[in-house]
Amino acid sequence: MPGWRKRIGGLRWVAALAAAVCVGAGPASAQTSATDEIAKYRAALQDGNPAELWEARGEGLWKELRGPRKVSLEQCDLGLGAGVVTGAYARLPKYFADADRVMDLETRVVWCMVKLQGFSEADAKRNPFGSGNDKKSDIEALVAYITGESRGVKMNVALAHPKEIEMYRVGEKLFYYRGGPHDFGCVTCHNADNQRIRLQDLPNLTKVEGAQKAYTTWPAYRVSQGELRTFQWRLNDCFRQQRFPELEFGSDVSIALTMFLAKNANGAAFDGPAIKR
Amino acid sequence: MADPMKIRASVAGESTEVKVLMSHEMETGQRKDGQGAVIPAWFIQTVTVTHGGNTVLAAQWGPAVSKNPFLSFKFKGGAKGDKVTITWVDNRGDKRTDEATIA
Amino acid sequence: MSRKRRDVLKSGGGVTLLALVAAAGWLRPGDAAAQAWNKAAFDTRNIGETMKALGGGDPVQSKDIVFFQTPDIAENGAVVPVGITSNIPKTESIAVLIEKNPNMLAAVFDIPAGTEPSISTRVKMGQSSNIYALVKADGKYFVAAKDVKVTLGGCGG
Repeated sequence: MPGWRKRIGGLRWVAALAAAVCVGAGPASAQTSATDEIAKYRAALQDGNPAELWEARGEGLWKELRGPRKVSLEQCDLGLGAGVVTGAYARLPKYFADADRVMDLETRVVWCMVKLQGFSEADAKRNPFGSGNDKKSDIEALVAYITGESRGVKMNVALAHPKEIEMYRVGEKLFYYRGGPHDFGCVTCHNADNQRIRLQDLPNLTKVEGAQKAYTTWPAYRVSQGELRTFQWRLNDCFRQQRFPELEFGSDVSIALTMFLAKNANGAAFDGPAIKR
Repeated sequence: MADPMKIRASVAGESTEVKVLMSHEMETGQRKDGQGAVIPAWFIQTVTVTHGGNTVLAAQWGPAVSKNPFLSFKFKGGAKGDKVTITWVDNRGDKRTDEATIA
Repeated sequence: MSRKRRDVLKSGGGVTLLALVAAAGWLRPGDAAAQAWNKAAFDTRNIGETMKALGGGDPVQSKDIVFFQTPDIAENGAVVPVGITSNIPKTESIAVLIEKNPNMLAAVFDIPAGTEPSISTRVKMGQSSNIYALVKADGKYFVAAKDVKVTLGGCGG
């Protein structure tokens, strides 16, 4: 701060304190690396994850009588039967006979909002990514609640129905597809160990452990945004970073990529909603 | 009316631990929007935690406390089934009071 | 909060007096709605001004103030976990100051008798900086510092 050091008398203790901190920091910091310290930062964040605020709001929205039909979502079938939320996320995306298509969690929630509550699809899909207390997203809250009910459950995406298999294959092709002005593909950033963009580690999605760790930690409260972000958001933002055209929310492309990545994470316990930088 | 807080209170021996997550923008007043206008400061100024009619923690906050604030502390006394009440008041005069049962 | 109180807090004039009144009246058991906010202390830009606004003199460095769960490096300055425990007897309050923030004082916690002098919260840091833990115990002030590096500033944008 300009000028503050000029007040010598009262602030000698500050200078002494600063010196003590600097001297003390030397030998100790040589032993712990920056990665260890950042790991400590991430661990310290786990206690008290603001994602819980979204989970609580989402549970309220799940049970509230809403939409033109004033009905709750409690009869929504997320794949394990009407109203069964526990463990449902670990099996998504999957084929739903009533819609005759493969759906991820977000498209399925939209489906239920339309079919049960009478919302128009446009209204249900409005504002998928919230921004501040004035522009909260209902979908993000519902996703937080539903995924929270799969915490600890092992990922178990089936490839049984022909459309599920097709979705996986399309997702795989999309993962390796290079395009846009920089000829980027998902694979460009996520094809090897120990890669990073600036200080952000990039998971190696071509390997099982990388794929598992990445998929099971979304949705997550993103500290840098102060928002809970879902997997649809993560894909949307990757497309933006690759300089691709905008990824349409709930599109088949987004579901295909989700299918590919979710299935590749099979066997790992779901660990969300998490908290990240 | 702001979203409810998420409060966890648990007792172990003589000590009750309180952990709370509050839903609040905690806008610093330093940021500008797309048009260059300053986004006004909007943040929790006071937090009061009571148990059995006694204040067990009183805090004054500035906008440097993180968005969606987290707070954790412990106090003596407090038994399973007791209520812990937390109130926050922000610089707009909005307030929120929630309570939790000690587990 | 009553309109009158809000107006008094906003006006520059009565702030010093209010700060003293606030300092005296911080702990009023059960009086949740009436807690005052020490505007002067939150507007200060350096330690000297903050100490004056809090009603104290120069703090004494103390090894009995311990940081816990406070990492050396924060991946994002928007959320920096800070835990402070004071082992000084008769601790009355713990304040968190961030040296290089636009305004130093982040938070002040009053510790009534019966409450452990230990708090954990999260603060914003605009840049790598010292975090000062300022403790008032038995009417006297003590301080400890911890250097925290921030990889990405957390005050704007």
